Amino acid sequence: MTVEISLGYDKEYVSKFSAGLNEPEWMKTLRLDALQQAERLPMPKPDKTKIDRWNFTKFTHDLRGEKMESLAELPDQIKNFIDQDKAEQNLMIQRDQRPAYASLSKSLKDKGVIFTDMKTAVNENSDLVEKYYMKDGIQVDEHRLTALHAALMNGGVFVYVPENVQVEEPLQAIFWQEDPEAALFNHVIVVADKNSSVTYVENYISHNKEDEEAVTNILTEVFAHDNAKVSFGAVDNLGAGTTTYVNRRGVADRDAKIEWALGQMNDGYTISENYTYLMGENSLGDAKTVSVGRGNQKQNFTARIVHYGKASEGYILQHGVMKDKATAIFNGIGKIEHGASKSNAEQESRVLMLSKDARGDANPILLIDEDDVTAGHAASVGRVDPMQLFYLMSRGMSQKEAERLVIHGFLAPVVNQLPIEAVKEQLTQVIEGKVN
Amino acid sequence: MAGSTLEIKNLHVAIEGEEILTGVNLTINGGEFHAVMGPNGTGKSTLASAIMGHPKYEITEGEVYIDGKDVLEMEVDERAQAGLFLAMQYPSEISGVTNSDFLRSSINARREEGDEISLMKFIKEMDGTMDLLEMDKNMAQRYLNEGFSGGEKKRNEILQLMMLKPAIAILDEIDSGLDIDALKVVSKGINQMRDDNFGCLIITHYQRLLNYITPDKVHVMMKGRIVKSGGPELAQRLEDEGYDWIKQELGIEDETVGQKA
Ligand SMILES: Nc1ncnc2c1ncn2[C@@H]1O[C@H](COP(=O)(O)OP(=O)(O)OP(=O)(O)O)[C@@H](O)[C@H]1O
Ligand SMILES: [Mg+2]
Repeated sequence: MTVEISLGYDKEYVSKFSAGLNEPEWMKTLRLDALQQAERLPMPKPDKTKIDRWNFTKFTHDLRGEKMESLAELPDQIKNFIDQDKAEQNLMIQRDQRPAYASLSKSLKDKGVIFTDMKTAVNENSDLVEKYYMKDGIQVDEHRLTALHAALMNGGVFVYVPENVQVEEPLQAIFWQEDPEAALFNHVIVVADKNSSVTYVENYISHNKEDEEAVTNILTEVFAHDNAKVSFGAVDNLGAGTTTYVNRRGVADRDAKIEWALGQMNDGYTISENYTYLMGENSLGDAKTVSVGRGNQKQNFTARIVHYGKASEGYILQHGVMKDKATAIFNGIGKIEHGASKSNAEQESRVLMLSKDARGDANPILLIDEDDVTAGHAASVGRVDPMQLFYLMSRGMSQKEAERLVIHGFLAPVVNQLPIEAVKEQLTQVIEGKVN
Repeated sequence: MAGSTLEIKNLHVAIEGEEILTGVNLTINGGEFHAVMGPNGTGKSTLASAIMGHPKYEITEGEVYIDGKDVLEMEVDERAQAGLFLAMQYPSEISGVTNSDFLRSSINARREEGDEISLMKFIKEMDGTMDLLEMDKNMAQRYLNEGFSGGEKKRNEILQLMMLKPAIAILDEIDSGLDIDALKVVSKGINQMRDDNFGCLIITHYQRLLNYITPDKVHVMMKGRIVKSGGPELAQRLEDEGYDWIKQELGIEDETVGQKA
């Protein structure tokens, strides 16, 4: 197998890059180790999607992006994602891997909440970041892309909510790739310490066309300690030229809850993995995802919830719409480990195909090593019902409008249940854009 | 002359290669109510669906015009825009789309961009029409036809009819499955539409509906075409005597179509 990741990003480059950011020794070491591993580790193997010809390794890595003085400088396409009427924004905008705008309410700062870009966090909260960074969530050596990410991480945010602090207003991060070719190795960590709660919403946005190739490699680690609750919302909206590997991973301790609301709306080739480890007794993981594929997109979505803790609950609900020649695989996996008695795993995957060339595949899988559990799954893959279109069109709607309604209707059961209002609205908007 | 005219000339329709309509001739003018009756499986719904442009039905011969415009050349939505409406015998259920969103999209589809109906006006109109049809207000926010009872679906079709105000409507068994009160309510709605600008083709099995909605003409379908036409008294006779006398008169043994013996 050829190894084409040298590409100028060698030991020397990585050392320099780390030094340029004044990183602590542990981070530099982690990067260099990871770089070595990246060369020998295999690529990930998403079920039923061949990725050997996808470009994950040819890219421009250096930092670009400029600071902004005010939100008014944002183009409308980005402004749409922000609720500008809010008096106090808890908002971070990253522009081509550079922190461009940041604000956090005083009251949250006073309570010890950290919401800052990853580069700053690595320096200013070094010990805290080190405690979580690629340790109990995602491992460096899972495959070549995790290792490559660790070596080249060039953006992201760090969120820490101290014990007993409830963050009422959502925290929002916008990762805006303005340069059509800049590669993003984004790392997000959200930590909710004991008895705390937080809602975090992120948007990945770029507008590059199919021939403007870019690479995105995103790792996200969410930790909900005992009795903490994290609502994690995302609307991924990367352009057609971007090949994306995104891995969002959660670890829930005793009585903790992690809720995912993911709008997987990229326009390019995408592998999206969302794992939740239910470590603690009575913990809960809930993954709701909606996806729309169009054009020549190939995508692979996996939602996996692994039960270790007793009486843990895992719910997966995936709805996807495939248009044009888009292809997508939806894997919903519930795994109950031995000892996780009284656990419950439920999963549902539904795919609607709008054209004869669109393809979708739903694979609900239950892997159970324990007797005393409950589990269930449902899946369906179907084409849009011609009778429904006939009915709608007989009322005067064009075929496009009729399809638009059917798609909204198909996704509505998930969209309406998303626990985060902001994500619901953004998503509706993005779906609208993708459907028309 | 006020209103629109729908002309059906020598219409032949096949499904999967099998001829179901064998030459239907019928003209409906604005202001006229026509009833089409006939035993099961004689092609009534096929006629309705073919006029509206159902994708499964293949027109093998004949013509359909609305105000001189060739209907068979039009897409389904263009037929609706031209003034046609079909209340379906079995309306589709569409999950996730609320009745009210559906209605609003339907209304706006007939209006120019930028001239969409205002939300206030829409709600007022819908509320008023639902009141008249004695529909529960929460039906507006329920998903389109999903879980609606048979009678609720029929009322919902009439709600659409009244709000979309087509020039020519075809109502396919709008009375089937209705209890007597619902029948009265639905009839009230249809009668309210009656004016010179509205023509209607009512497919029904029962005289009972025609007690409330008096047709100008009654047609009997057998073997995929209209075999007899008359006034309201024809419907009454069918109610009293059934279809045998017509079959005898015309020497028809099997009135259905498409079945290979
Ligand atoms: N989509 C279809 N596929 C196959 N056969 C069909 C289809 N639609 C209608 N037919 C056949 O065409 C014939 C006429 O059907 P149609 O529904 O028009 O009858 P109808 O007069 O409306 O009957 P009813 O009074 O029972 O509603 C029947 O034999 C029916 O089975
Ligand atoms: Mg019928």
